Amino acid sequence: MSARKYDIKSLPGFLPITILCLVVLYAPLVVVTIYSFNNSTSITIWEGVSLRWYVDVFKGPESAKFKIAAWNSFSIAIIAATGATTIATLAATAMIRGGRFRLRTVSFGLISLPLMVPEIVTAVATLIFFNSIGFTRGYTTILVAHIAFCIPFAYMPISARMQGIEDTYEQAALDLYASKRQAFTKILLPLMMPGIISGFLLAFIISLDDFIITNFVKGAGVETLPTAIFGSVKQGIKPNIMAISTMLLALSVLMVTISYFVSKKDNTK
Amino acid sequence: MAAGASSGGTSQSDTYKEARGWLLLPAWVVLGVFVLAPVLMMLVYSFLTKEFRGGVIWEFSLGAYDQFFCNRGLFGDEPCSIEWTYINIFWRSIWQAGAATILSLVIGFPTAYFIATRPENIRPLWVFMITIPYWVNLLIRTVSMKFMLRDQGPLNDFLISTGLIDSPIHIINTNFAVQLGLFYSYLPFMVLPIYASVERYNFNLSEAAADLYASKWVTARRILLPAVKPGVIAGCVLVFVPSLGSFLAPDLLGGAKNFMIGSLIEEQFKGNAGNWPFGAAASMVLLTMVLILLLIFARQQARAEKAQ
Repeated sequence: MSARKYDIKSLPGFLPITILCLVVLYAPLVVVTIYSFNNSTSITIWEGVSLRWYVDVFKGPESAKFKIAAWNSFSIAIIAATGATTIATLAATAMIRGGRFRLRTVSFGLISLPLMVPEIVTAVATLIFFNSIGFTRGYTTILVAHIAFCIPFAYMPISARMQGIEDTYEQAALDLYASKRQAFTKILLPLMMPGIISGFLLAFIISLDDFIITNFVKGAGVETLPTAIFGSVKQGIKPNIMAISTMLLALSVLMVTISYFVSKKDNTK
Repeated sequence: MAAGASSGGTSQSDTYKEARGWLLLPAWVVLGVFVLAPVLMMLVYSFLTKEFRGGVIWEFSLGAYDQFFCNRGLFGDEPCSIEWTYINIFWRSIWQAGAATILSLVIGFPTAYFIATRPENIRPLWVFMITIPYWVNLLIRTVSMKFMLRDQGPLNDFLISTGLIDSPIHIINTNFAVQLGLFYSYLPFMVLPIYASVERYNFNLSEAAADLYASKWVTARRILLPAVKPGVIAGCVLVFVPSLGSFLAPDLLGGAKNFMIGSLIEEQFKGNAGNWPFGAAASMVLLTMVLILLLIFARQQARAEKAQ
């Protein structure tokens, strides 16, 4: 190969734009994190580092509200993610290890439905549905809605993982007189674990993240962290909101990082 | 994210084909009952009569769609002429979502390209860095953006301290703030598909062009761009669609003047002033637009796949 006049791969200006992109993505999060440690009742003036707003979140006048909201958020996220992950794992097994069948495309469409329908439309539809069957809105309605829309998010990493596992392992087990149930629980499921864990974590984050659908189906009096934060922000951004935000932010980053490393782990070798 | 998740593959088998009905049953039931049925119910509601305290009266009516499309004068007894109020809100939403898409493309394409041309072992780390903010709570990200952009916020402080500007730029409650918020919300959806298509691109083609004395920009425009076009289109669709129905960015960053579809719909279901059939009808219009767009997109992607 002869030396060329220019490097074929690099395009001028792309590095600065990438850096700009990262700055735009991270700057607001970094700034809010910094200001959450501000020892001032004003969000504009910097008065030195302190943990007072973190103390305020747990001990302050609004702490009772936040505690209930946090409990609702986390219990819903755990149950919804568990439910969605279970449903998605079973569905993925049928879709990828169930041969070709007529309803396969329809099933795939149904599973991806929450991704295609705009969130606000799902929110309206779910509200209308619960209203029309005369179901009182509250904790249960939030939970059910969350299980449903978390399914595709759990399904994606799980099915991707299953497609990466050749079926020779299960075939070997079946040849050695394992039942299909055993092949599934003893061979396929353990191999699937990285996909299942990252599916669970993504579903958990998606549930914890949700504002729009929750806001529609929550009914009066029941709050999750996002709806409580939204209500509070409507009256202006307060320092304690920044402290809560920073904690949630740290949690999300932690969970995504775990998910990243778990899904990179290859246990089929 | 919506497209191309999984259909077909090499490690498919029919090991559990007897059980597949049972395995799929929970997904069918949950999604059928709590997503599909509600959407159909919403369609029904959009043809019902409104109840003044929120909710509906079970009586067929075209009132919701009539209100959306028809202007019948002050007393509601004139023949139908086009009602622009709501169409304009939809137009503004399309325009805002379009601007956010272009912004995401302008920043996202170079970023995706840059990442895809890094050495193979560090690419996942770059992708990871781009996607982390996406997993942070959307509400928190939007609030952070609001905090950043305030007149006395860190961005203006920074620009003033560097001497670039003398007085704060007013960004919050403008169209641009909404576009910036939407860009911030959905940027990874632009970067990831473009990244995937650039990564698949065979750079020998560019080399061949370069050996034949094509300039760098001619090579990029005539050889690279057509090859990565499906990824670019996928990115644009994936940013445009959620932007169109977004609620948080226009609500928190746009203020009352920059009303979008999401706020229009939300308003119909809040408190007692709402009009449920009208909200359902507006949601149906939005859903129809999105589904048509996705259908065109799916056909276009299928054609692109066949062509390759």
